[in-house]
Formats: sequence, C-alpha cells, structure tokens
Amino acid sequence: MADKLPEHPDFLWHNPDPKPSYDAIIVGGGGHGLATAYFLAKNHGMTNIAVLEKGWLAGGNMARNTTIIRSNYLWDESAAMYEHSLKLWEALPEELEYDFLFSQRGVMNLAHTLGDVRESMRRVGANQLNGVDAEWLDPEQVKELCPILNISDNIRYPVMGATYQPRAGIAKHDHVAWAFARKCDEMGVDIIQNCEVTGFVKDGNRVTGVRTNRGTINTEKVGLCAAGHSSVLAEMAGFRLPIQSHPLQALVSELHEPVHPTVVMSNHVHVYVSQAHKGELVMGAGVDAYNGYGQRGSFHVIEHQMAAAVELFPIFARAHVLRTWGGVVDTTLDASPIVGTTPVENMFVNCGWGTGGFKGTPSAGYTFAHTIATGTPHELNAPFALERFETGALIDEHGAAAVAH
Amino acid sequence: MLLISCPNCGARDETEFHYGGQAHVPYPENPDELTDREWAEFLFYRDNTRGSFAERWLHSTGCRQWFNMLRDTVTYDIQAVYPMGAPQPTVDPDPDDEYGTASVAADSTTTGSSGPSISGTDLGPVDASTAPKGATK
Repeated sequence: MADKLPEHPDFLWHNPDPKPSYDAIIVGGGGHGLATAYFLAKNHGMTNIAVLEKGWLAGGNMARNTTIIRSNYLWDESAAMYEHSLKLWEALPEELEYDFLFSQRGVMNLAHTLGDVRESMRRVGANQLNGVDAEWLDPEQVKELCPILNISDNIRYPVMGATYQPRAGIAKHDHVAWAFARKCDEMGVDIIQNCEVTGFVKDGNRVTGVRTNRGTINTEKVGLCAAGHSSVLAEMAGFRLPIQSHPLQALVSELHEPVHPTVVMSNHVHVYVSQAHKGELVMGAGVDAYNGYGQRGSFHVIEHQMAAAVELFPIFARAHVLRTWGGVVDTTLDASPIVGTTPVENMFVNCGWGTGGFKGTPSAGYTFAHTIATGTPHELNAPFALERFETGALIDEHGAAAVAH
Repeated sequence: MLLISCPNCGARDETEFHYGGQAHVPYPENPDELTDREWAEFLFYRDNTRGSFAERWLHSTGCRQWFNMLRDTVTYDIQAVYPMGAPQPTVDPDPDDEYGTASVAADSTTTGSSGPSISGTDLGPVDASTAPKGATK
C-alpha cells in the first residue's frame, strides 16, 4: 500500500541551527514575521537575518484566524494601509509562485439599524474617495448576491442593506505562511522553530542580542512580531505597550456543499461567516471580555455568534459545529495597529493588529521591513507610531471600520 | 465559562458580570500637572500580565457592585476575590494551592461580612481589615 502513496513533497524550508549573529532578528514566525523577513530580503537586500519562532511555524494566530481580507476601513490612514495590503494580496500568488487560493468573492458588511445605514453609507463614500472599491446594496441586492441570507422583517434586527467590497475575500492562511517561508528560505533567511526568546542583551539603551532557549544570538536589529505576546517581549526589553491581550474564538461547521458565495459580516448581530474552499462554514465574532493568554475562551461567546448566524442564515440551523478554538489577540484602544520604532534603540515593534491582523499581513511585512531596514517608518505606517497615544493623533477605527469587535 | 464568586451573591456564571480591566489604577492626584506622557500612561497603558493579574469585575445583573479578583490569565484560575479598596492579596505560587485560595476567599465573602465595605470607592487607602480573611495569605 505504502508504495502506492505519492512521494513526500519537497520540504519548503530548512531548519537551520541559529548562527552566532545576524543583521536582524524577527521574533515571531507567524504571517507578519515571515512577511517582514520576506520584504527585508526582497526589498532591502537583507538576507543575513533570522525568524525565531517559539513553537512551530505559523501555529499561533496565523493558524487560528478566519482568513477575511478586505480594505474598506473608514479613516484615510487605515484605508491606505489596508488597500496597499489588498493590492499586495492580488500580486503575491504570482510573486511567491504559490497559489494560496486567494478568492476575491467579496465581503458584505450588513446594516441592521438606521445608525448602521448612515455609518455604512458614510464609509462607502470615504472608501470611494480613497480609491477603495465599495458600494451600497439595498436588501434585495443583498439577497441577490447571497440568496441564503434572511432579509425578511421577521427577525429581531432585519437587514436594512449592506456595504459591499467586491475585491475582498478569503485565502488559505496556512498556505500563505508556507509561501512566504519558502521564498524567505530560498533567499537565505534562517527560519528557526522551537526557539523561544527569553530576554534581550542591551548595551545601554541599544539592543545587541537576543537570549533564547537555544543560546544567545547577536544581532544589529530586532523586530517584534509576536501579536498577543508582544507585551511579554516588551517587558523583557524594558518598555511598555498600550495593548491588552484577549482570547478571540472562532469555529467551523462540518463540511457542506457550496451554499455561501461571499463573506458576510454583521457588526450589530455580531457574527462573520464565510465558507472555506473545503466546505466548512467558518465563523467568528468578538473577543472574550477578559484578558487572556490561554488560547481559549468562554463558550457563551460561541453560543452567541451561532445564534446570530442562525438568525441571519436559517439554513444553518441544522449544521453541526465541528470544532471551536481560540487565539490571543493584541488589542489597542483605537483598534489600530502599532508599527514603528520603540523606546529601545534598534528595536522595532509590529503589534496591536487585534482581531484583524491576517488581512494586514502583506502591508505589515512591507512597511515593517522598511522601518527596520531604514530605521524610519514608511509613509504608510508613520501614522501608526507608538507616539500617537501621547500626541492624541489616534486612528479610531472602533466601530468606524465595520470592525467586528 | 468562568464561575465567579461574587462577594455578595455567591457563585454565578460569567454572563452576569462585566469586566473592568486592571485593578488598583488610581486617578492622578494632580491632573493639572501631568505631562502628555503621564496622561498617555493613565489613559492608554495598562498592565497586560501573563499570569496572576488583579482585575475589576462588576456583578451587573446581580448586586451591581464592583469587586476585585486575582485571576491567572493563562489558566484562567480564579485565585482570590476581594473588595474594592483592599490591598492586592498575595498568592501562593504553588499551583496546587490556587483552588484552595479561591474557595476560601469565596466562602468568607459569601457570608456577607464584607458586603457593606465594598460599596465604597476604590480611591485612597483602605483599612486592610476590610479584606476577606481568606483572600490574603
């Protein structure tokens, strides 16, 4: 029997031992860390670099998200950042020579109240001014695009319309990570798994090395890409971050025939749903209220999002949950990420992407690589500096971006 | 779901409560004199502890009273429940002892002996004797 099985495919990356020193070390081998390493090598010629991952590659939030990609954010700074990301998503399958099934099936953000309708129409206008494809759909058009949605008046919060971004969609998250990892490896980047950072070596206020469970590694620069564990690393390095780590849960159903042609998000009833390529219905909603690093949350959060899903999609009533899980997301008070310099010299941070980091993977990597290589932010991530919490120049996407928090 | 021992009402489901974030963060004493950095610290920076964390909870669909809780943010074990204004209890690092600490705290607080004292504000020093006996070790 074994001789009938196909041969094991080539490994996509090697597993080198850490070198004594690197030009830059990225802490965190998830999507953002790998994308950062990729753009450091490709755009800035920095190939003597390493990505350190305490577990296995892309086993944190990169393996746990609901893979939604969109750029219909309200504020100019966010629209620029996420639209840049979406354009990169469109180019990356060819550039990385890896079809990670980026499916531009569109994303709908439902409006259920008059307030929702006004906010949505305002956001469509703002998106169009920023060159982001966005349109307003009335309930009949919603039904036409997604026939399984209940648009009748017999539910507690009837669908009053939706914003729609046709270029948005989903992708296979694991394959995205593997695509980046393979290209990084080809360009000479060391991807080192099971390598946990336990501290930093500093000369005065300048970082000069990283302590790990596999020894101390010297480095010119350090980039932190640890999402929910960013505060823990910052504390080791001697500074604070204005983020709180929360569990964020998601679930999938058993496999079904294709029934759901697009992605539907409802901020008000609070669930977001797509159907994966394999056939599972993939759902998520908001974070658990309490701080948590446990990669699990409370079941009433799952119950609530399933109730919302069944209200909107009566056809789901008899679908069975296959599994639920949780990740640890790094939330900021303005629901926008932090990408930039830190109080420690030669140390940079990319965090605070909260519940929506997957869609930002390419532009996080692109702008963070620029910041690490040049020591100054790219124009896209300059507004997302840590200093904004002192200056007050917040980018308040809470609610504004149809972000389901 | 967390099972939380309200000091006034006893053990109830988490869905009856609201989370209030980090405990023991006093309002600045001299707000007029704060720098932008200090204001940023007060408004936006909170501890994001991995491990034992002192936090505020509100029993919003019960007695509607605030109280403090010591909870492990990795295991989610509740280690102590104590009134607003009481100093943060210390927790025995021995994990086998965590449940004991939590249950003793719950027992001593559900008697109602500490009930009236927690209705006050969390500002200013408070006599440590208002803390439930089981909550400090």
